[in-house]
Amino acid sequence: MKKGLFIIVLSGLFLLLVASILQMPSLGSIENPSYNETAVYYLENAVEDTHAPNAIAAIITDYRAFDTLGETTVLFTSIAAVISVLKISHHSKNKGDKANG
Amino acid sequence: MDDLIVKTITRLIVPFIQVYGIFIILHGHISPGGGFSGGAVLGSSMILFTLSYGLTDATKKLPHKVTGVLESGGIIWYILLGLMGILLGGKFLSNKEVGFFMGQAGEILSAGIIPLITVAIGIKVASTVITLFHTIIEED
Repeated sequence: MKKGLFIIVLSGLFLLLVASILQMPSLGSIENPSYNETAVYYLENAVEDTHAPNAIAAIITDYRAFDTLGETTVLFTSIAAVISVLKISHHSKNKGDKANG
Repeated sequence: MDDLIVKTITRLIVPFIQVYGIFIILHGHISPGGGFSGGAVLGSSMILFTLSYGLTDATKKLPHKVTGVLESGGIIWYILLGLMGILLGGKFLSNKEVGFFMGQAGEILSAGIIPLITVAIGIKVASTVITLFHTIIEED
């Protein structure tokens, strides 16, 4: 009973996803909706606006610099999480050894 | 790992890897590359050193305190650059509008805050990679 319900829901989801894949523009197609006026603006004005020939650097550190700040914050948060978990387990293991011995 | 061949090759090759990483970071606004890839190259040079010389020598060369300071310093430098835009009368992280030195397109000293931000990102990524590796292999 429960299994049949799962199968029906999952096959419905599968059909939905396949149908949306068939609607996607083909790779490199010029009708892709992401090729809008923003991309054209970046290509035409990046060198004048930022004096940087590398348009990718111009986008990620000038037009979208706030996004890159978020990206570096993600790195900072991840390293803080890793250090807090590993260091705490290290110290508690030492304490446990002392308590046992 | 205590192998003479690996140690000698590492000692010869690590400076070249680091120079290449610094080159990628400093030319981030001119040629392909930038802070993330150059920082990864710098960090992996230190990982190579740690693998061949052991953790004690590597932490003697680059202690945890130094990587911690570099890590926080990179992001503080980034935020200060952004606040400088506000101080000079523009928006947060604005570049040309508030009159940073733009220079000639294609030279290293040009493009305002872009190379400065790239250096900050490079330091941040390199110290993150090194700290992560050292912290994880410390547990063994």
